[in-house]
Amino acid sequence: MSRSRSDAPVIAADASDPLRPSDHADGDGGDGRGITQPQLGFVGWLRWGWRQLTSMRTALVLLLLLAIAAIPGSIVPQRSADPNGVIDFESKNPGLYPVYNALQLFDVYSSVWFSAIYILLFISLIGCVIPRTKHHFKAMRARPPRTPMRLSRLDDYATAERAVPEGRDAEAEASRVIDLAQAQLRKSGYRVERYDTPATGKRPAIASVSAERGYARETGNLVFHAALVGVLISVGVGGGLTYTGQTVIAEGDSFVNSLGLGYTSFNPGRFVDTEHLPPYSLGLDSFEVSYVPVGQAGQGMAGDFAANLTTREPGHDPEQKTVRVNHPLDMAGDRIYLMGNGYAPTITVRDPAGDVVFREDVEFLPQDANMTSQGVIKIADGLSEDGAPTQLGLIGFFYPTAATLHTGALTSAYPALANPVLTLWVYAGDLGINDGTARNVYALDPSEMTQLAGGTSGTDALQLEPGQTVPLPDGMGTITFEDNTANGGAEVVKRYVSLSIHRDVGAPWVLGFAILALAGLVTALFVPRRRMWVKATASGSSVQLEYAGLARGEDPAIAVAVAELKRTHEASLDRPGTTGR
Amino acid sequence: MPDADFSLDSVSVLLVWTAIAIYALAFVAYAVDLARRSDLAVKAQDVKTQDARAQAVTAGALVGAGASASGGSASGAAGVAPSSVAQLRAEEAAALEAVEARPAARPRYVWARIGTSLTVLGFLFHVGADITRGIAAGRVPWSNMYEFALTGTMLIVAVYLLVLFRYDLRFLGTFITGLVTVLLGGTAIWFYTTVVPLSDPLKSVWLVIHVFVASLATALFALAFALSVVQLLQARRERLAVAAEEAGSSEATDAEASTAAAPAAPAKTGPRFLRTLPSADALESLAYRFAIIGFIFWTFTLIAGSIWANDAWGRYWGFDTKEVWTFVIWVLYAGYIHARATRGWRGTRSAWLSIVGFSAVMFNFTIVNMFFKGLHVYSGLS
Ligand code: HEM
Repeated sequence: MSRSRSDAPVIAADASDPLRPSDHADGDGGDGRGITQPQLGFVGWLRWGWRQLTSMRTALVLLLLLAIAAIPGSIVPQRSADPNGVIDFESKNPGLYPVYNALQLFDVYSSVWFSAIYILLFISLIGCVIPRTKHHFKAMRARPPRTPMRLSRLDDYATAERAVPEGRDAEAEASRVIDLAQAQLRKSGYRVERYDTPATGKRPAIASVSAERGYARETGNLVFHAALVGVLISVGVGGGLTYTGQTVIAEGDSFVNSLGLGYTSFNPGRFVDTEHLPPYSLGLDSFEVSYVPVGQAGQGMAGDFAANLTTREPGHDPEQKTVRVNHPLDMAGDRIYLMGNGYAPTITVRDPAGDVVFREDVEFLPQDANMTSQGVIKIADGLSEDGAPTQLGLIGFFYPTAATLHTGALTSAYPALANPVLTLWVYAGDLGINDGTARNVYALDPSEMTQLAGGTSGTDALQLEPGQTVPLPDGMGTITFEDNTANGGAEVVKRYVSLSIHRDVGAPWVLGFAILALAGLVTALFVPRRRMWVKATASGSSVQLEYAGLARGEDPAIAVAVAELKRTHEASLDRPGTTGR
Repeated sequence: MPDADFSLDSVSVLLVWTAIAIYALAFVAYAVDLARRSDLAVKAQDVKTQDARAQAVTAGALVGAGASASGGSASGAAGVAPSSVAQLRAEEAAALEAVEARPAARPRYVWARIGTSLTVLGFLFHVGADITRGIAAGRVPWSNMYEFALTGTMLIVAVYLLVLFRYDLRFLGTFITGLVTVLLGGTAIWFYTTVVPLSDPLKSVWLVIHVFVASLATALFALAFALSVVQLLQARRERLAVAAEEAGSSEATDAEASTAAAPAAPAKTGPRFLRTLPSADALESLAYRFAIIGFIFWTFTLIAGSIWANDAWGRYWGFDTKEVWTFVIWVLYAGYIHARATRGWRGTRSAWLSIVGFSAVMFNFTIVNMFFKGLHVYSGLS
């Protein structure tokens, strides 16, 4: 029977056993609840509270609470993972939003209640692990305990009898036999200790060896729990030193790693020195992508994204590098990820005199898998309507492969540039950017503007193909959709990439501690901790042998181990020439 | 759709349905086994149990009543007819021996054998389906919900069949074949997607490692779950038997007529096949063994997933829905392992945690994949 557990009542816990909270299933536990009420006073209550907090039951309840508390974050959109989801939620449930917000349901993982649970859990963990570590340190140097009087009361027990060879003393023979067992146990990794008692008036001479192994089980357990603390600290400290930033680069443009210049958004941790970001720049030479051809399964599916960059660092020659999905670029301690891509049509606007008032690669945001894209053009200066200066806003729709729906509306049928068409709605008036407040470059606020073309204005939207120029309404000038190949580009329309730039000094530490935790876990769960005894009692012309094992903790193989010990021991006794001593 | 793809993938689909049909038959065979095995076992064991009882009586007399764990030997020593609890313990001990016996030395349950043979056959078709799908797709066959379910269920069966070499867990056959039939059937009906190329984030060695290990963990959790369920049933039966005996013996003293008080056959104590299974305690140890291996695999899944996320999404952890659920499951099983070491929680309560844990695994695989929003949008469903 291999189902063996440690709680053989015969042998009480002793100093070489691992220390456990008093309500551990294997503990002695006193009053059955494991925690005695304090006698008196403030200190007594403190001590009582501390023991409550570091008990197994509290740890368990906190673990279960942690699991439950994590769930709402998967149901309610989170500001950290899905900010747009939160905005969406607010507009759809205006009544619920303030309630949820007050309950911190949009920030579950930084909420007071979630933090309280895991902080308590880790205090409990530390309060539990430190005394255990101290104890284990001592226990590792303790000797295996005395051989119990009645080994036969253990579950895993075997006996044998050997005749004493001619001319030998039974006591010496018993001792010799145990010498062999001792050597054998030591060789298989046990710590051993001899406990021999000479013959007395009534009792025969007894030789015995007590052996213990598997201290690594407790070591593994402690390493596991301590490594969890390491993970938490690395995440916390690392978070303060970490930054993430986003940037967008069109083909032919470049990005400079400096807060004022390059980033469209930037989230630094508390301790980041934003004045001294590593000085480097990235230029986007080209962007590659492949689409599944028309007619095949998964038609139009995009893949093999690759941003070909030229990197420049002070003191280095420029280098050609490629960033792909799953293959970020390591750059001066930062990691650069390819997060998205799209088309960036080059738009030129001229006034009636033919002077250029606007010329930019405008990044259009993809709206669907066929890259129907939307972008906004804002021209603050240089144009006038009916003689009065005006600002111009355009909302553009770009169709890389334009097709007409049966409603007459345009759509994109394929993500590559098979039939690129740009349509524009035109607004004139006040862009609302004069007061200096930052505005989203991807959105237009038309509340102070009149629509001159497209939509419900009564005039058709402007429609252009690459290389085409059309007049703006009311004789304000012209607008051109530049053909990028005319400027040496590979395709008629430029593309852009969005890159995410991260520095996470904590991550390697988190990984290191996680691997340590896993190693500790495997050790703690699979190294058996067990005691073994071999006892030889000299009785006249024979020696009675007893073998016994006791598992400390889960040990499915203890019965086999005892049987194996007996077998190899007897085999070594039978081998000629084993004289011992 | 090009012909070459079409034919190979449709062969795969055909193999899937064949496997489903065979698993369903295996389920029926295992169910018949459960219905019949208690009778068979009772016949086969009657003799043995008689011996065991006799031994219990003598042992009780020698050692002195009370030392042994079961109250039964006390009455045995007192010379009263062996109690139902003593008989129950003897049955359970014999059953544990049978569970841990070498394959050749196991009880010959004909229907269980048929069930296992059918499961092996179904498994072969299942492997065939998986491989042809992989060839049709030109890559590893676990990159969308359909393929992941196909491979995942295959690994569940593989782990079950492997474990059979070591432990006779054929009494879980109905559960495993039933689970796999339902999951695979549902997959084939609702999740089928034609072969499309891998999307970029999935092009990673971590896909292979992460998903494979997650499936192994799921299989082990499934076995632990089933054992925990049986453990609960068995614990209830043991409780009722003890209660019945106590009621019986107090009646006997009251009436002072020991002959009339032969404990009435206990009221409904659960399915009869429980008579052929080990004690709740032994079932718990087995469940625990599978759960801890599953837990280690799950821990690895968590780490591997983070490494992959760090490459693909630029952060190792972001509380994405799928990440949240992986974490919740990890914490639940950590709780289960703790519960087993906590006084008052070992036994029935920890078994419930194992059940909750596996329910979360199934929830994560089905509901979260289909209905929750997040970055792990690999189900391939629209
Ligand atoms: C972050 C929270 C925790 C997690 C995830 C966790 C997880 C685990 C796991 C997986 C095990 C089994 C592996 C092994 O034996 O080494 C374990 C064992 C153990 N844990 Fe924790 N634990 C946590 C907190 C705590 C706390 C707060 C305590 C103290 C009250 C504690 C005390 C123990 C003890 C005594 C064992 C050994 C159980 C035995 O004898 O089998 N743990 N823990």
